[in-house]
Amino acid sequence: MPLRTVLDSSDISRAIKRISHEILETNSGSEDLVLLGIPTRGVELAERIDTSLAEIDPGYVSNLGVLDITMYRDDSLDAEREIRPTQIPTSGIDDKVVVLIDDVLYSGRTVRSALDALIDIGRPRQVKLAVLVDRGHRELPIRPDFVGKNLPTSAAERVNVMLANTDGSDQVVIEQ
Amino acid sequence: MKHLTSIRELDTGSAIAILDNADELGAVNSREVKKLPALRGKTVVNLFYENSTRTRISFEIAAKRLSADVINFAAATSSVSKGESLKDTAQTLEALGADAIVIRHPMSGAAQTLATKGWISGSVVNAGDGSHEHPTQALLDALTIRQIKKSGDDLAGIKVLIVGDIQHSRVARSNVLLLSLLGAEVTLAGPETLLPKTFAAMGCKISHSFEEALAEKPDVVMMLRVQRERMQGTFFPSEREYAAKWSLSGERFKMLGNQTIILHPGPMNRGFEISNEAADDPRSAVLTQVRNGLSVRMAVLYKLMAGEG
Repeated sequence: MPLRTVLDSSDISRAIKRISHEILETNSGSEDLVLLGIPTRGVELAERIDTSLAEIDPGYVSNLGVLDITMYRDDSLDAEREIRPTQIPTSGIDDKVVVLIDDVLYSGRTVRSALDALIDIGRPRQVKLAVLVDRGHRELPIRPDFVGKNLPTSAAERVNVMLANTDGSDQVVIEQ
Repeated sequence: MKHLTSIRELDTGSAIAILDNADELGAVNSREVKKLPALRGKTVVNLFYENSTRTRISFEIAAKRLSADVINFAAATSSVSKGESLKDTAQTLEALGADAIVIRHPMSGAAQTLATKGWISGSVVNAGDGSHEHPTQALLDALTIRQIKKSGDDLAGIKVLIVGDIQHSRVARSNVLLLSLLGAEVTLAGPETLLPKTFAAMGCKISHSFEEALAEKPDVVMMLRVQRERMQGTFFPSEREYAAKWSLSGERFKMLGNQTIILHPGPMNRGFEISNEAADDPRSAVLTQVRNGLSVRMAVLYKLMAGEG
């Protein structure tokens, strides 16, 4: 199966840095920000965006969490799927600006589930979406606010995001 | 996995996976919105041929937390009292669209019969069949021990003493199977009449003296209810004599270690198999068991029902 690397380690680092700058820009600063990573790779991305925000803005107060969406999926055909912990920062999400973070945006169904999960936990002032790769083929009216890389793909291809802590190295490859 | 009628259907990995999921699902109970949409549109029927309060309510709340519709069916107030057979009742529920049947029945093997006869296409959860098994009770006990002892994934090396009316206890059978599967060392203690030697074949130690068993310093002491409703004949001379030898009270209660967990599946007969002193002690985890019962039943219903859409 031919593999094509579309983002290497430095591309990913640059994308994370750029997303961080864009988050600060649209939010006019880091006030009230809550970053929630969607397992599994969204969690590591959220951690890295959090680190990067702290480097850029000395006044940044970290509110980092994890949002598990297993119980909210509409395609939970695999009941063996492991339920992971949801960790919401102690200050909560009410009236905050929540940035949902995932690795790949595809059909939009994961994000739909995440929005449902979020609404059961509280009422954010705003919800934004950051993804490392947007590969198109949306099935729902959902669009990202921050994108690392737009990657036009065919539905037959597979996009694999690998991240240093989860997979040992940083890269995004397309399997054809 | 489609049915849960016996702990024998689980292996170590799947048992741990249920406990892990139950741990995560427990968090929902402390949220403001205590509901998850995972089983939306599914119907769970509680089919209870025996009286039960806590197990039925626990299954009912568990199913509702997962957004399933719940129908409670108590045999005493239904056509069963007019003589309807289990088969006809099950097929009626099937025709009405039940996706899962949670069954409690006085006959050992009833849940398995329901699961294997092909009368229904949904899932079957055993909520206690005669003196055979009560798998979700064992799972909630294992979860409680794991949480309090912080023993990691399994229960390796933890010494559990189960005391009382072993012979009539489905809780004891399911617990022996599950706790051993998870690596715990299980000892059963009870009078000869209520603890047949055949239990040794299940791979646990047997003792006919509560004091001797306590001298082994168990990490967990699980007291069982004396099931008078299942006793035909005399198994002990009098309640007073049973309590004098087998109640967790007085000197025996003082023999417990500082960190020993006291468990009881409920309902407790205070003053009979357990003293007030023991039941209300900080080491008693009876209410933690009830809370974990809810999480475990959510995890089991989710495991059996999600994904057949």
